Amino acid sequence: MNVVVCVKQIPDPAAPPSLDTANTLDRSGKLILDDSDAYGVEMALQLADAAGGGEVTLVSMAPNGEVSGLRTALAMGAAKAILISDDALVGSDALGTAKVLAAAIRRAGPDLVLAATESTDGYTGTTPVQVAELLGFPSVTFAKKVEVSGSTVKVERQTEAGFDEVESPLPVVVTVTAGVVEPRYPSFKGIMAAKSKPVETLTVADLGIDPAQVGAAGARQAITSVTAAEARQSGEIVVDEGDAHERIIQFLEQLKVL
Amino acid sequence: MAIEKIWVLAESADGKPTTTTLELLTAARSLAGTVEAVGWGEVASCAATLGEYGATTLHDVGDLAGSLPGVPVAAAMAQAIRAGGAPDAVLIPATYDGRDVAGRLSARLDRPVLTNVVGLTAADGGLETEHAIFGGAQVAKARFTGEGPGLFVIRAKSFAAEASGGGAAAVSPLDVPDTGTSGGATVLARHAEERSGPKLDEAEVVVSGGRGLGEKDQYAMIEELAGLLEGAPGASRAIVDAGWVPYAYQVGQTGKTVKPTVYLACGISGATQHLVGMKGSKNIVAINKDQDAPIFSVADLGVVGDVHKVVPKLIEAIKARG
Ligand SMILES: Cc1cc2nc3c(=O)[nH]c(=O)nc-3n(C[C@H](O)[C@H](O)[C@H](O)COP(=O)(O)OP(=O)(O)OC[C@H]3O[C@@H](n4cnc5c(N)ncnc54)[C@H](O)[C@@H]3O)c2cc1C
Ligand SMILES: Cc1cc2nc3c(=O)[nH]c(=O)nc-3n(C[C@H](O)[C@H](O)[C@H](O)COP(=O)(O)OP(=O)(O)OC[C@H]3O[C@@H](n4cnc5c(N)ncnc54)[C@H](O)[C@@H]3O)c2cc1C
Repeated sequence: MNVVVCVKQIPDPAAPPSLDTANTLDRSGKLILDDSDAYGVEMALQLADAAGGGEVTLVSMAPNGEVSGLRTALAMGAAKAILISDDALVGSDALGTAKVLAAAIRRAGPDLVLAATESTDGYTGTTPVQVAELLGFPSVTFAKKVEVSGSTVKVERQTEAGFDEVESPLPVVVTVTAGVVEPRYPSFKGIMAAKSKPVETLTVADLGIDPAQVGAAGARQAITSVTAAEARQSGEIVVDEGDAHERIIQFLEQLKVL
Repeated sequence: MAIEKIWVLAESADGKPTTTTLELLTAARSLAGTVEAVGWGEVASCAATLGEYGATTLHDVGDLAGSLPGVPVAAAMAQAIRAGGAPDAVLIPATYDGRDVAGRLSARLDRPVLTNVVGLTAADGGLETEHAIFGGAQVAKARFTGEGPGLFVIRAKSFAAEASGGGAAAVSPLDVPDTGTSGGATVLARHAEERSGPKLDEAEVVVSGGRGLGEKDQYAMIEELAGLLEGAPGASRAIVDAGWVPYAYQVGQTGKTVKPTVYLACGISGATQHLVGMKGSKNIVAINKDQDAPIFSVADLGVVGDVHKVVPKLIEAIKARG
């Protein structure tokens, strides 16, 4: 079974984020594997194993030919990667990103496409479903358990009330939530092996995409302003000397909650 | 392009429209002359309430025969939009199914989406969105620059729901075209977790626990306190990821937005991604042993103390009141 995992490479979320002159996220520094995608990579490796073989291919769109995050995922055990990097892609929105990812995924001809439910930096949570629609694939989002048997996938999908058991024929796009599986740490051997695994780098032209469909022009949306949010005032602070619960009771009484 | 007609994706549960649906209808009414709803499943039984909140027509996709809603609902909407009578904007709740519909509709119509919207105003003949970015520290405003309809995915609690007293929405069926291979995902069974008390995003009181509780079993006191206050228990992502409580309990950027009368944070540090989901609460009480915890910067009442001491005493004192 061949699995494609969409992996986003993002600015380190531990560092304070900043905006560039176009008011979009500054992505000029080193990028790392989005934690949210480590679950998809692990899931793909486990499913390929369970199916008795097959390749796990990574697909990523990132600026400046960035491969650090891809190397992390290759070190976990993915076989190869496709990276789409092109100046024409700067300022892409979710739909533009989906057009690029869909075109790259089509080349890999997978049985299953995995992505995260939402990314850590942009978190629109719409890209994978847009990819599915562009590929003509079904999609199952918010998966907390995934099993493949033969040519169908069975998913436990989170819902407001609990979860649904969903079934879909392959090929399909499935988005996984954090915590579905425990991502493995790359071994030393894995890290060494990752250095020589193939990464195919493509441009917009290689994918046959019209540059007007992607990047800032294709986004057809503009950020008009960014301002500081209204700060909330902090109030009274009490240090518990064994009676702080009484102050909370008083407070709740004032609000008529008690 | 003036905004004349808005569609609202109407979701329902247990024969009633969800609160977010009513919030979006209320917002739509203030922005456009004509407001129409689009729904599926049992939504026709909600026509009266949808009308009361401003929808004149309910476009009903009807029974989905077990399909997940994303594909058939978006396909039906796209077909109707192409056939004429397109709305200028579509407001979609940021929910499991809402996001699926948004993604599918966006790709089908080749229109971009603005997501995680928390505010919407009329500006220069179009709509301007508000987004809480960087954990709510900043507000970004955005708008579409191309052809409509504009697709907006809106977070719960962004607007207050208010009825306008309109008559029942007229139900009009919406046909689903053949969706080919994309429509293959079907629901085999549904499982509902037992929950008592009000829903997290509708409760007047929310009591949330975080990693400061120390271990999973300690969450029981959060549930007990929430029960005594007729509220709902909530959680930080740290304890959801640790498997102490289900994801449905999570408050924050990747969880629910809550705006109760009182929010009690117990053993929660107050990371920006948590704050963005609860700092709209009318009153905030925080219990944390670290006086420098960021949660205190938004608390109306901050208690520097040990949750294992303060919370049990609070529970006893409330019980003693009878
Ligand atoms: C604060 C902020 C707000 C934004 N708001 C909007 C908005 O309202 N509308 C809009 O259209 N764009 C928006 N964007 C831009 C958007 O984030 C980018 O276009 C991005 O390329 C794709 O969207 P995402 O990260 O939100 O993806 P999501 O849909 O959240 O991503 C889900 C998953 O899809 C896969 N994936 C996503 N991007 C890639 C990639 N480049 N390579 C490989 N896999 C990928 C990953 O598995 C990822 O976890 C916003 C960006 C920021 C920083
Ligand atoms: C993209 C992204 C999205 C995220 N989305 C969310 C989200 O939706 N919701 C969310 O909550 N988080 C979210 N997070 C995670 C967030 O950054 C924090 O990691 C998380 O909120 C921390 O949870 P916590 O406060 O329970 O734990 P910690 O940060 O570990 O805090 C525990 C607190 O408990 C206190 N404490 C310890 N012992 C005691 C005691 N005995 N009595 C009293 N206090 C005690 C400590 O002083 C500390 O302040 C997100 C992160 C990212 C990167």
